[in-house]
Amino acid sequence: MKIRQEVRRKIIQIAAFGYSNTYLGNFINGRIYKGEWKQFCNPGMNCYSCPAARLSCPIGAMQAVSGSIQFRFSFYVMGFVLALGVIFGRAVCGFVCPFGLIQELLYKMPFPKKKLWKGFTYVKYLMLLVFVLVLPVVNTNIVGMGEPAFCEYICPVGTLEGGIPLLGTHPELRSMLGALFSFKMCILIVTLIGCLMVCRFFCKVMCPLGAIYGLLNKISLYHMGIDKERCISCGMCSANCPMDVDPVKHPDSAECIRCGKCTETCPKQALSLKFRCRIKSQ
Amino acid sequence: MNKNRRQIFRVMQIFILVAAFGMLAYGIYRGEVSVVLNKAVNICLECIGLG
Repeated sequence: MKIRQEVRRKIIQIAAFGYSNTYLGNFINGRIYKGEWKQFCNPGMNCYSCPAARLSCPIGAMQAVSGSIQFRFSFYVMGFVLALGVIFGRAVCGFVCPFGLIQELLYKMPFPKKKLWKGFTYVKYLMLLVFVLVLPVVNTNIVGMGEPAFCEYICPVGTLEGGIPLLGTHPELRSMLGALFSFKMCILIVTLIGCLMVCRFFCKVMCPLGAIYGLLNKISLYHMGIDKERCISCGMCSANCPMDVDPVKHPDSAECIRCGKCTETCPKQALSLKFRCRIKSQ
Repeated sequence: MNKNRRQIFRVMQIFILVAAFGMLAYGIYRGEVSVVLNKAVNICLECIGLG
C-alpha cells in the first residue's frame, strides 16, 4: 500500500515534534530539561526554555554565543544550520520544525483565510540580520554581554512554549511581569491570528531560521525537479501550494518548504522532489 | 538549466558544505558548545519575555 506524501510528511512531523519535546511531565512540575542533549541544536524552531524541550533552539543558541563575553559569532550553530540547509534546504521547515507543525494545525481551524502580500516575506531577512546577527553583538552591556534581541523582543515561540507554561508553574516569575511581556504577548496574539488566517504565517513573515534555509533552497541537494515536456500549465500546483509559490516558475523559491503538495496534485507527474546526485550531460 | 549552471551549483554546494563542517568543528574546538549548554539548561528570562 502506497502512503500518501502528505500522510508521510505528517508522520515525520509528529515524530520530530515528539523527539524535540520528550519531557512532557515538566509542564506539570515546572522544570526544564537540563541534560546533555541540550548542547545539540534542534533543526527547527523550538524554544529551549520550553519545559518539554530536549534540544536547543538554533536561533537562541546563535544569539547566546554571539552575545557572550568570549565570542562574537557562533561558528558551531551557523555551521550546523548551513550544513542542514545545503543538504535539505527548507525541507527542514516542512518536515521537522515543531513550530511548523503547530502552525499547520492552527491553520486547519475554521477561520477566514487570506493570502499574504508577498512583500511581507522579506521581513524575515530583516529579522535575521538585525535581531539575530547584529544586535546581540552591537548592543552590549557594561561587561560586554549582548542580549538575545530576537528572543527578547520578537520570538512568539518562546512566549508560547516557554513563557506561558513557566509562568503557570512559577509564581515567583509572575512578580517580574511587565511591559516587555505585554509587548511579547501582543506579538504572540498577532502571530496566532496570522497563523489562523495564513498558512505558516510565522514561517513566511518572521522566521530567521527559515530565512537561512530559504537562501540555501536554490542550491540545496534536495530540490524540486520539473519535467517541462510533461507540464501542461494547468496551474494545479500553484493553486494548492500552502506557501503561495508557483513551482513551475520558481522551483527553488526561498519560500518552498518541499511539502510535496504540488507533486501530489500534479495530474501529469511533472514535478518531483529528489536529491541532486550528479550533473547530467544534456 | 544548462550544464555550466549545474556545475556552479555543485561547486557552491561542496564549498558551503565543507565550510559548514569546518565552522562546526571550529565552534566545537573553541568551546561554544558549553556556552550553548549553559544557556539552554537554565530558564532564559529573555526568551520567555521577562527581560
